[in-house]
Amino acid sequence: MHHYLYLAAILFAIGTFGVITRRNVIGILMSLELMFNAVNINLVAFNKFVATEPLAGQLFAIFIVVVAAAEATVGLAIVLLVYRNWRGIETENFSVMKW
Amino acid sequence: MDFQLPHVDFRVMAPELFLFAWALVVITFDLGTKRRSGSATGYVALLGLVITGVILSITPEGAGFGAMFYNDAGSLFFKVIFLGAAFMAIGSSFGIMERKIQHHRGEFLGLILLSTVGMMFLASSNELLSLYIGLELTTIPLFVCAAFFKDNRLSVEAGIKYLIVGAMSSALLLYGISFLYGLSGTTDLLQMRVNIATTHLTFREIGLLPMLSVVLLVAGLGFKLALPPFHQWAPDVYEGAPTPVAAFLSVGSKAAGLVAFAKIMINGLQVFYEDIMAPNDWGLLVGILAGAAMVWGNVAAVRQTNIKRMLAFSSIAQAGYIMIGMLALNDIGLSSVSFYMFTYLFANMGAFAIVAIFEDKTGSTQIKSYSGLARTSPFYAASMSVFMLSLAGIPPLAGFFAKYYVFAAAIKMAGSNEIHQWLYWLVGVGLITSVFALYYYANVIKTMYFTPDESPYKLPLSLPGSAVVLIGLVGVILFGLMPGPVMDFASAIPAAFGLIAP
Repeated sequence: MHHYLYLAAILFAIGTFGVITRRNVIGILMSLELMFNAVNINLVAFNKFVATEPLAGQLFAIFIVVVAAAEATVGLAIVLLVYRNWRGIETENFSVMKW
Repeated sequence: MDFQLPHVDFRVMAPELFLFAWALVVITFDLGTKRRSGSATGYVALLGLVITGVILSITPEGAGFGAMFYNDAGSLFFKVIFLGAAFMAIGSSFGIMERKIQHHRGEFLGLILLSTVGMMFLASSNELLSLYIGLELTTIPLFVCAAFFKDNRLSVEAGIKYLIVGAMSSALLLYGISFLYGLSGTTDLLQMRVNIATTHLTFREIGLLPMLSVVLLVAGLGFKLALPPFHQWAPDVYEGAPTPVAAFLSVGSKAAGLVAFAKIMINGLQVFYEDIMAPNDWGLLVGILAGAAMVWGNVAAVRQTNIKRMLAFSSIAQAGYIMIGMLALNDIGLSSVSFYMFTYLFANMGAFAIVAIFEDKTGSTQIKSYSGLARTSPFYAASMSVFMLSLAGIPPLAGFFAKYYVFAAAIKMAGSNEIHQWLYWLVGVGLITSVFALYYYANVIKTMYFTPDESPYKLPLSLPGSAVVLIGLVGVILFGLMPGPVMDFASAIPAAFGLIAP
């Protein structure tokens, strides 16, 4: 079971790193998917090895897949708007408002 | 496999189902009139919210879908706040519907209603899966709403920033939830509390996984509540998003984050904040975030020249004050939090409504444009002053009693056990930063009343917009003069969370 958790942790770390460092919005969205999938691996692994009786973990994973798809859809739609407004999807564009 | 459907009772979720259907009705209505419905669509949406409120008042309490859906005093109180926030947000969006999004009224209103449905499901959930679905149904429509001015760079930038931050915070929250599931073997929060309590001995020397889980959960929820250091998205999103959406974010979405926080951290993980856990409890961690929110929110708000950014930082600071009450796990802590959120609804939505009306008329969101408003539009200037004073916590307005109850709850908690004495420090920080807050709130009043007007605008009294301002004004003054009834109503909430015996 530990192997699954390590795999999930590595995936999650890669995803987080990607979200922070990527300069391309699509890359950021892909990294976010990695983070969600790390969570899925965790949930399914826990379901298999810790709490076997109700399939809550697997169901949770399916719901996360669905919601992540919805989130990606909205995300890509907004990326399209970004492209129309800036003719590019690099994060350097987003400096109209300062932090 | 033996599989049994849980006891399903659709009556307890009647308000949510109705509002969900009504959101589709609103979209269809706008399409059915070939998008020439004018402001009628807005009134249809408002009507739906009113009917939902009526249905809510006759909805029985109890469980509706196994453990996934509970209707109790806590969820009822917060549902009223969500409905109020949606009502006032839609009421103040008639201006932009008239001029900026006249071809997409239905979608805009429908998305706000759907987001409200998500908040209501979130308030009723007592289970991690339904809580997560509610949270996502709350935020995903708001991503779209934030980016609703498609040709406006500010709005699109707000949308993409909110999307990335919102999705990332969901991922952090989920990663924490997955560890909680692994540790307790259940997604039902009440069952989780029992399971964790029975394995208490292993958690006393708090292990790596529970610690990691709590940190991830607090980070995820911290993003939703915009607590520093997870707050950077808030000012940008508030500034760029359409003003009614920013208002809805600052009240509705924040209340939803609070409910999620209370559900997970108090319903599920109260054990991690009990005396024997100190100092490894989540209380200290959240306390540091709350202190940072009060200090940084108030200090940064002083420098702002844009009123939407100023209100964004002010809402970060207000979240800090609210978290003080959340940390007081006694018989008045959660009711003070709920009362705070209730008064914040009126004051903040009212202030944003005036900002929206002003922006419609002048196109400006700079504080200095408000100079001379007292002479040209005395009603709006006086209302704005009242909202600012309430946000600052000046008696006898509602905001004063909200702050008073929150501080009183924390002091009571601090006095109950010497482990919690650091709460005195937190209350001290809160009191000192309240004084800072008065400076920038008063600055708006000074600009409206005493700065010679450069470009005087006369704001028209328009029906839904002015009515929203009036509702906010009445709420702030009425609940300041007699906070008793609402407090009585809210006093049932800690029992609903199992903090005191019901």
